[in-house]
Amino acid sequence: MSEELLKIDDLHVAFSTRRGMVEAVRGVTLSVEKGEMLGLVGESGSGKSVTGFATTRLLDAAGRVTGGKILFRGQDVTKLRGDDLRHLQGAAMSMIFQNPRAALNPIRAIGLQIADAILTHKRISKDAARAEALDLLRAVQIRDPQTRMNAYPHELSGGMCQRVMIAIAISCNPALLIADEPTTGLDVTTQKVVMDLLADIAAARGMATILITHDLGLAARYCRRIAVMERGRIVEEASPGTLFRAPQHAYTRRLVAASPTATSRIEDLVTEEEREGYAAVASKPRPELAHGTPPLLEVRKLAKRFDQGSAAVADFSMTMTGGESVGLVGESGSGKSTTSRMICRLIDPSEGDIVFDGQSIGHVPAREFHRSRLRRDIQMVFQDPNESLNPRFTAFDCIAHPLMRLDGMRAGEVLRQRVEECAERVGLPLDLLPRFPHQLSGGQKARVGIARAIACRPRLLVLDEPTAALDVSVQAVVLQLLDRLRREHDIALLFVSHDLNVVRMLCDRTIVLRNGGIVEQGESRALFDDPKTDYTRKLVEAIPHIETEPALLGTA
Amino acid sequence: MMTGLGSTMVRAGRRLLSSLPALFGVLVFTFLLMRVLPGDPAVFFASGPNAGKEEIEQIRKQMGLDRSVPEQLVYYLSDIGHGNLGRSMMTGQPVLKDLRERLPASLELTFTALLIALVAAVPLGVLAALRPGSIVDHGVRLFCALGVCVPTFVSGLLLIYVFYYLLGLAPDPTGRIDVFTSLPPQRTGFLSIDFLLGGDIDGWWAACKQLILPAVSMALFVIAPLARITRASMLVSLGSDFVRTARSVGLSWRKVVVTYALRNAILPVITIAGIVFSTMLGANVLVEKVFSWPGVASYALDALLSSDYAPVQGFVLLMASLFVLVNLAVDICYGIADPRVSIE
Repeated sequence: MSEELLKIDDLHVAFSTRRGMVEAVRGVTLSVEKGEMLGLVGESGSGKSVTGFATTRLLDAAGRVTGGKILFRGQDVTKLRGDDLRHLQGAAMSMIFQNPRAALNPIRAIGLQIADAILTHKRISKDAARAEALDLLRAVQIRDPQTRMNAYPHELSGGMCQRVMIAIAISCNPALLIADEPTTGLDVTTQKVVMDLLADIAAARGMATILITHDLGLAARYCRRIAVMERGRIVEEASPGTLFRAPQHAYTRRLVAASPTATSRIEDLVTEEEREGYAAVASKPRPELAHGTPPLLEVRKLAKRFDQGSAAVADFSMTMTGGESVGLVGESGSGKSTTSRMICRLIDPSEGDIVFDGQSIGHVPAREFHRSRLRRDIQMVFQDPNESLNPRFTAFDCIAHPLMRLDGMRAGEVLRQRVEECAERVGLPLDLLPRFPHQLSGGQKARVGIARAIACRPRLLVLDEPTAALDVSVQAVVLQLLDRLRREHDIALLFVSHDLNVVRMLCDRTIVLRNGGIVEQGESRALFDDPKTDYTRKLVEAIPHIETEPALLGTA
Repeated sequence: MMTGLGSTMVRAGRRLLSSLPALFGVLVFTFLLMRVLPGDPAVFFASGPNAGKEEIEQIRKQMGLDRSVPEQLVYYLSDIGHGNLGRSMMTGQPVLKDLRERLPASLELTFTALLIALVAAVPLGVLAALRPGSIVDHGVRLFCALGVCVPTFVSGLLLIYVFYYLLGLAPDPTGRIDVFTSLPPQRTGFLSIDFLLGGDIDGWWAACKQLILPAVSMALFVIAPLARITRASMLVSLGSDFVRTARSVGLSWRKVVVTYALRNAILPVITIAGIVFSTMLGANVLVEKVFSWPGVASYALDALLSSDYAPVQGFVLLMASLFVLVNLAVDICYGIADPRVSIE
């Protein structure tokens, strides 16, 4: 049982940057037993991936192991060179990466790529390698493997690409597999299928696995032991149960609190000390709407067809009242982003109508809508806070831009006050306003994006996966901010997300989309607790919850 | 994979059709430009400086220059429609015949130069990208800078000075072949190929020797863009996720660099090579002049200097058509090299 396969001893890794050497990993000590699945959890910048890359000797040129040892079967990996190193890579340990589509060679058939890996370590003929590659595709449960052998990565879905990546990684039966965020960016149902497959394969072949992830729930579901990393150090190591019931370290406590669960409420997401009077606002009940108030937004039989092919969205109808929050969930390709963009009037619907505050806006062409006075009332927060800010605008300019364009304000004292007021509302420190986006952190950029959207005091805010690119602790703060804005300023939120836990917390009602049509809708809690359709049930069951006892998949 | 090739062809066909209006525009534009330029061809082609007004008037009438410009344009277009590019006043021959004789010379030179440039630039770019910031990288950068900032006629003259005058390795740098060699039967118009087809190895060698200096001086000028783009896209490729994957399973260095990184990095080089080729074909008139190469560019320059309308217009039309064809070829190459293109 306690056969040590990998032992990392006081590992230090530094990167040379423009500002000198930066230590990414400072003294990590870790051991992995044969056949064990270890979770390595931390937020971005915690050094978890760097630890993985150092172990497989894949650090890029700027990174260097500056101290410590990585012993694999008693041999120090950091001192291997040439052929010894190549025998290690792939044959003894291999790696699975985030973003599977980019991790595969885009212009080489996947069968060849698997065969490349096999031929590197085995002296067999090309035909034999091809046959083995085919077997591997079967092992990772790719349908119709014979045809898929000649497929290119762009012809496969993200989940399929990750299976191919797994096939490459296990092609030479390594003893250790390091999976670096293997399911980030995949749909929640795909994520479950891929992770189950990975766990089964690891168990069947007796491979030890290190699962590097930012998702505590995911690690809890598959690992018996979890190590939590913060700023280059391991702060706590325990079984999932202990970790969630009684986290010892302050950082772990924060991380556990910020990870949404089936029962958590928005106000639970941060620890006591960070709450800063949030609870007082949250407990204020929403005023009852007077009977007969017309809905703020009414969407009737909306449909969108792109150039050719079937409809991306068909027969979509919904209503929203002022100050209400509605979640729009579904897997990628379900049409949720298309729908939200039509409602925002960024793209034109093919059929149907959108009525906002009693006015039909569905027929105003999207490119004309910026002249409409309703443009101010419907604003959007985009998914990627990095990509959606103009890199040549300071935070101030970003927030001032809609005020000048839509409110006709001129540069001056009044504008400055309005911008500062917006920044204060989203909790953005005023001294950050003159900074450019690249000088801000992810959470700060998200705040700028939200401040820009609320600058003109909209009545409907459409949010397209606003927290998908953020760490859980930042996500927690952003979610609280959104909830507070809704309560204080009566802004209606249309929240597009694939993260059901988040939707459950933030939204009064939820609409489940699949293939462009509504599958189910209803009051959020009821919908998630007792799904009416198989599809919704599948979605709900696929969410990794941190209460779940680890699925007993490993042989350990 | 047939579908991929098929859709590439469809795309290519569509591209060809959509370029027709542009070609027409080029035709009209050059026609008008020639009329606007100062210089009266009738004066130029009159018997001599003492030619009388009457004689000039007669020549003008003969050339159709007495008619209004729109009228001339209509005549011109209908001639083009019948495949008649007009007659050169300079050589006295139909422009089509002149171009047909000279185009192979230009093409042979440009193809050879491009080949030399690619053979030199791609390895240089790869070497530079493998060790960015190293001596090799800086050396390649210096070489490229020199290649770009020395004008082709200067590098051409330098090459002649060293290899013909000092070392005596190169033959007399005039024309495609020395006057005493008997020409092979004309098949492709490319002398080096025609000699080979005719089985005349000595002749082939002579033609190659004539070709090498002008081709090298042309190539020097375009190595820079090709090497820089190779370096840049190779850097991207080497830093990409799939190269990391290749390294993670322990593929050999050669396989990682050539099969994984370079094959992906070469895609933008194909595009740039197409553009470079089109530019070289027309713009390297200086090389043709220095080496007395009987190509289309020097022919067009001579015509322009003597206000000979028809050859210049024919040349521009030829260049525009070649540009379209080269782009088409690049498109097809790209479609074959990159399986992703077909789905767009």
